[in-house]
Amino acid sequence: MYSQNRKAKNTISLLLTYAFLILFGIFMIYPLLWVVSAAFKSNDEIFKSLSLIPQKIVTNAFIKGWYGTGQYTFGRFFINNFILVVPVVFFTITSSTLVAYGFARFNFPLKKLFFVILISTLMLPDSVNLIPRYILFNAFGWVDSYKPFIIPSMFASTPFFVFMMIQFMRGLPREIEEAAIIDGCNSFQILLRVTGPLCKTAMISMGIFQFIWTWNDFLGPLIYINSVEKYTIALGLRMCVDSAAAIAWNQIMAMTVIAMLPCIIIFFAAQKYFVEGIATSGIKG
Amino acid sequence: MTASLKRKDLVGLLYVLPWLIGFLVFKLYPFVMSLVYSFCDYSMLKPPRFVGLYNFIYMFTKDELFPKALFNTLKYVIITVPLKISFALFVAIILNMKLSGINLFRTVYYLPSIFGGSVAISILWRFLFMKEGIVNKFLSLFGIEGINWLGDPKIAIFSVSFLAVWQFGSSMVLFLARLKEIPSELYEAALVDGASRLKMFAKITLPMISPIMFFNLVMQTINAFQEFTGPYIITGGGPVNSTYLLSMLIYDNAFKYFRMGYAAALSWVQFVIILIFTAFIFRSSTYWTYYEYDEGRF
Repeated sequence: MYSQNRKAKNTISLLLTYAFLILFGIFMIYPLLWVVSAAFKSNDEIFKSLSLIPQKIVTNAFIKGWYGTGQYTFGRFFINNFILVVPVVFFTITSSTLVAYGFARFNFPLKKLFFVILISTLMLPDSVNLIPRYILFNAFGWVDSYKPFIIPSMFASTPFFVFMMIQFMRGLPREIEEAAIIDGCNSFQILLRVTGPLCKTAMISMGIFQFIWTWNDFLGPLIYINSVEKYTIALGLRMCVDSAAAIAWNQIMAMTVIAMLPCIIIFFAAQKYFVEGIATSGIKG
Repeated sequence: MTASLKRKDLVGLLYVLPWLIGFLVFKLYPFVMSLVYSFCDYSMLKPPRFVGLYNFIYMFTKDELFPKALFNTLKYVIITVPLKISFALFVAIILNMKLSGINLFRTVYYLPSIFGGSVAISILWRFLFMKEGIVNKFLSLFGIEGINWLGDPKIAIFSVSFLAVWQFGSSMVLFLARLKEIPSELYEAALVDGASRLKMFAKITLPMISPIMFFNLVMQTINAFQEFTGPYIITGGGPVNSTYLLSMLIYDNAFKYFRMGYAAALSWVQFVIILIFTAFIFRSSTYWTYYEYDEGRF
């Protein structure tokens, strides 16, 4: 009798849990689905119904939106984003791995102090450096180019990634590396052939995060990029919204979808790295 | 022996060198210079001119936007951080249960967070919360008359903050990772002792996740104080400056009016406020964080 009662109670609480998860889940995902469906709706329909299924599927928003405000198409902004993001991701992975290797596997003077500095910069707000960095890069002649993004990434400029990589390397067994030393490998060969390959998961999740952050970055390009020809997607979108002022919402929605697409593809393709990366490092949000 | 050790030291330093150079050039130098500039009048056309405390005096006595931006920013932080973290924890606890299909829910709850403070998401928010937008349309189904979410100066800051709350996914994943590490024996023992669920939460779960709670609090507070893209795209700081944040004031002064010295002074005030808040969290954390092996993250 007692156990039956308990069983019924459990079933009810299970049902309630699922009900909550589903309702809350709809609430979380609806805005994202809505923007996708809005991109396929006619302009009149967008605000008329809550339905996610368009009454009539319209695809010309993508074509018209792509041509944007005239001078440059979204194709240009899209390519620009890749020209900016790909080197940043590549250099972030290589430089952060090198530095982490140094911290994780070697002893050198001031190592403790350097590590403390690394950890404290983790919490240093970016905005305090914003202005002098702009003045500095302006003096270097880097403004209106992608150099303010790419060059710092060569110097392991995101402490999060270095820290995450150090933690990951510390968890790796040293025996294989020691075997490689006996075989006559120098430390760089070990990194290249032994330690590096073992860090593949961490490197991939680092790359994914850097890709998504840089892809979505707005303030950076807003400050450093002036000519429309070099605009990133974020700047192109902003320009569209500002100039279109309540005319072609479905076009803006279509371009919003386009802007989000690479991140969504990466997210679903690499979900496992995502959770792993975020769990080992505690990355922002 | 010592010679080879020295060589090895040098090699290690060589690997760390890129970071060291990057730190000196892109972090330490700007950090020092921003303090220097904050005591200067500098438009970038002429060399900086030392003006002493003028920027700070101006900020606190003449700039009408500064107190407004400061107040709005504090409001934004106080709304978003606690809500975001409570949602993250609440959902993480539910997602920690062994239910079928739980991975799907994890994905769904995390998905909004991958876009962070992107323009795309901000545009979406603007459309959702417009007067004729989808949120009001939804409310009208229940016979609730639409609210001017973004046009009412009293409400706009909440509508904007809500975007950050919606993106609680990263904090949630961190909680989830920690919850998984709590040994189930602890709960079993408590169950034998006849502890209630609430008591188990307070006496086992909360202490065990407290280091992550601390980490989330610090990082989310730092991020919220610097929020820019969302409010900038959604409301542009309006209506009547009700969503105008410190970061926008810094941006406008620096890159619209080219008052670099004043903007640097503002960013230092922002920095000091963040420092005070984080110091407070650090200080208080000794009373409420619990470390199993007595070695925390920091």
